[in-house]
Amino acid sequence: MLSRVADSLYWMSRYIERAENTARLLDVNLQLLLDFEEMDDDKLKEHWEPVIRAAGKEELFYELYDQADSRSVTDFLTFNPKNASSVISCMLAARDNARMIRDQISSEMWQCLNQAYLFLKSNNAKQVWDSGPYEFYKQIQDYSHGFQGLADATFTHTEGFYFMQVGKFLERADKTSRILDVKYHILLPSLEEVGGAVDAVQWGAILRSCSAFEAYHRLFVTSVNPLKVSEFLIFSEKFPRSIKFCARELDKNLHKISDCPLTEYSNKAERASGRILSELNFSNIQDAFSYGLHEYLVNLQDRFAEIGKAVFETYMFHQRPDMASEIAVQQQQQQ
Amino acid sequence: MLQNLKSQEFFENYETGSFFDEMFEPDGSVRQHYQAIFQRMSGLTTDSYEQKRQAVDLSFLRQGITFTVYNDNEGTEKIFPFDLMPRIIPNTEWRLLERGLTQRVTALNLFLKDIYNEQRIIKEGVIPASYILSGKHFRREFMGVQIPHDLYIHICGTDLIRDDKGDYLVLEDNARSPSGVSYLLENRQAMKRAFPYFFPKAGVRPVENYPEELLKTLQYIAPNGKENPVCVLLTPGHFNSAYFEHCFLARQMGIEIVEGSDLVVRDFKVYMRTTQGLQQVDVIYRRIDDDFLDPSVFRSDSMLGVPGLVNALRAGNVNISNAIGTGISDDKLIYAFVPKMIRFYMSEEPILGQVETYFASEEKDFKYIMENVEKLVVKATNEAGGYGMLIGPKATTKEVEEFREMVKADPRGFIAQPPIMLSRHPTWCDGSFEGRHVDLRPYILCGKKTTIVPGGLTRVALTKGSLVVNSSQGGGSKDTWVLYS
Repeated sequence: MLSRVADSLYWMSRYIERAENTARLLDVNLQLLLDFEEMDDDKLKEHWEPVIRAAGKEELFYELYDQADSRSVTDFLTFNPKNASSVISCMLAARDNARMIRDQISSEMWQCLNQAYLFLKSNNAKQVWDSGPYEFYKQIQDYSHGFQGLADATFTHTEGFYFMQVGKFLERADKTSRILDVKYHILLPSLEEVGGAVDAVQWGAILRSCSAFEAYHRLFVTSVNPLKVSEFLIFSEKFPRSIKFCARELDKNLHKISDCPLTEYSNKAERASGRILSELNFSNIQDAFSYGLHEYLVNLQDRFAEIGKAVFETYMFHQRPDMASEIAVQQQQQQ
Repeated sequence: MLQNLKSQEFFENYETGSFFDEMFEPDGSVRQHYQAIFQRMSGLTTDSYEQKRQAVDLSFLRQGITFTVYNDNEGTEKIFPFDLMPRIIPNTEWRLLERGLTQRVTALNLFLKDIYNEQRIIKEGVIPASYILSGKHFRREFMGVQIPHDLYIHICGTDLIRDDKGDYLVLEDNARSPSGVSYLLENRQAMKRAFPYFFPKAGVRPVENYPEELLKTLQYIAPNGKENPVCVLLTPGHFNSAYFEHCFLARQMGIEIVEGSDLVVRDFKVYMRTTQGLQQVDVIYRRIDDDFLDPSVFRSDSMLGVPGLVNALRAGNVNISNAIGTGISDDKLIYAFVPKMIRFYMSEEPILGQVETYFASEEKDFKYIMENVEKLVVKATNEAGGYGMLIGPKATTKEVEEFREMVKADPRGFIAQPPIMLSRHPTWCDGSFEGRHVDLRPYILCGKKTTIVPGGLTRVALTKGSLVVNSSQGGGSKDTWVLYS
């Protein structure tokens, strides 16, 4: 497979996953506001800042807006073209990548992203948004789910598919850890408060932001408990958005690309994913808390970023030869 | 009877004018090969026709069958307007066209082999040397290079028109990298979806095997008769207006689509950069012009090309389709000599006619052109896509004057032809059928044998009275049916 194609497949998949996660995060937080009475500016700021941080875009936000409130944050994370991670930017980037390789993906996958593009470019999108953000964000999530389902059902499960999976699970692992990290910061300033009175609504929102509310309750019938929520989102074996689940899929797909046995590694990316996975396999939530949950999650985020870099260096990056010297060499051979 | 009434309503106010109409005889009766579609249309109302039309447009848009128009920072993607009313050609007529086109492209290949090697046609005084040597697309760099099977043109998109008597004439031979074949294939799909029950009854010869035939052609021209050669399609990139077509063909053939930066030349061999390292490439179906192919030989500022490609070609390690230098046969001055080529190389009489051509570079013709610009069609010899052209009878005095000056300044750069009143075809325009001018571009593949999928792309000038059918200038297209009988 062409390196350029692998790169586009990876980013196409990553961008659509990112759009979906951001859409869900915004949706949950907008709905959450409805449950509070009387929000003043400070409270609104307290509510929205972690959301911006979860998207990793705090600096850019304050360059573009004065104040973090519902309007500015949703605009920034949904529509603003200056924000490369806004929902629209991500959807357009996913479609752009698909367009570059539309001979490589199935027509169904292409048409799904193209429809999303046509929807977002049309007046219809604005109308849907105006009549209620919920419908709009639902639509974005539907496109993402539809796309991932179509990829699974219509695209050959070979190298290209594995690159898509790598992109998807890297993005998902990163987002789950960020969502947990930022809210945890607000909700649990100190370790002593673990087990104290908790804001069940807020913790429920974390779960919902990761599509994990129902799955969590199927496992723990009791009400929301910070320790259990963190454990679920980091260590769940079976929940497809937990960090451990993502790490395992990531490792598996990287090894499928190279055909290297799962217990070994043949490049930097596999080495890093194997290490992260075995650490998650051999530690538990108590370890995470005694290390400091924030530090623990930041460490994970850094190492997922490292894997992304290693994938790029291993498979996609080719030192571009200097055009001028390349021309000179070829002209010499013509003499 | 009621049914017939309806269809009469459809065509009630239809005027054939003084033109050759593809569907109607001058007396208003329907030509034999259009009877079936005429009957089918009888079953439709304006509303249901309109519905079908919109459904087809929407499906083109959904599938992203578009070309990009750049007029602001953001490129706008537009669909190529499609007219549901098909253009129909009886099989006997088509067989004649097929023979004529095969003859013509065979002569062009013999011509290209000759001028890049022995140049007999110059030595024997059939074409003046100066015409060849002054051709913008004549590639001296390419003299004496050996090409597998002596085939230079593998894919040719010849434009045919019909004059006021209905005779087919060749308007130009597009032997560089003709585009549009994806529309031919997608138009057929669209028609089948729009008329699922009627279609099988119409007796239309299929066109779906084009990508397969193209792949066979590309494989046949591999260097040293290599078996299972690696073929790729070289595109300028996704911002190119024909990018949809590049992807479409690559996918249908199951070959990689590559950009210049995906390829690298090492030791006179061409490789593509893959996730598993470098992989050798044998045949390149290029969709970029000669000028941009290899910056170490042609334009050094080209970022689209691959330095060393020509070295690899000379070394016989790769083949390029179409060959470098085929543009000389697209030259509108050289076009005038094709009948002579057919006689010279093949000792045959040309089967297809073509348009009479005056050379601005010849004293006698120059004088005639200067005196009659406003009655002639003047064309730049090296432009394509409907650019660099003056249609005298439709031009303003100012435009005529401008062209007169341009021709004076560069006589080799222009030819003139009498205007041909292209045939017209019923075309849906704002709620009723009106006659619009059409042409026909069949796609000819030259490999082991010469193959032409039945029909071609019928392009239609949607603007009333316009003779320019190019998509960049307000043209649309139709499905083209060649009948079994």
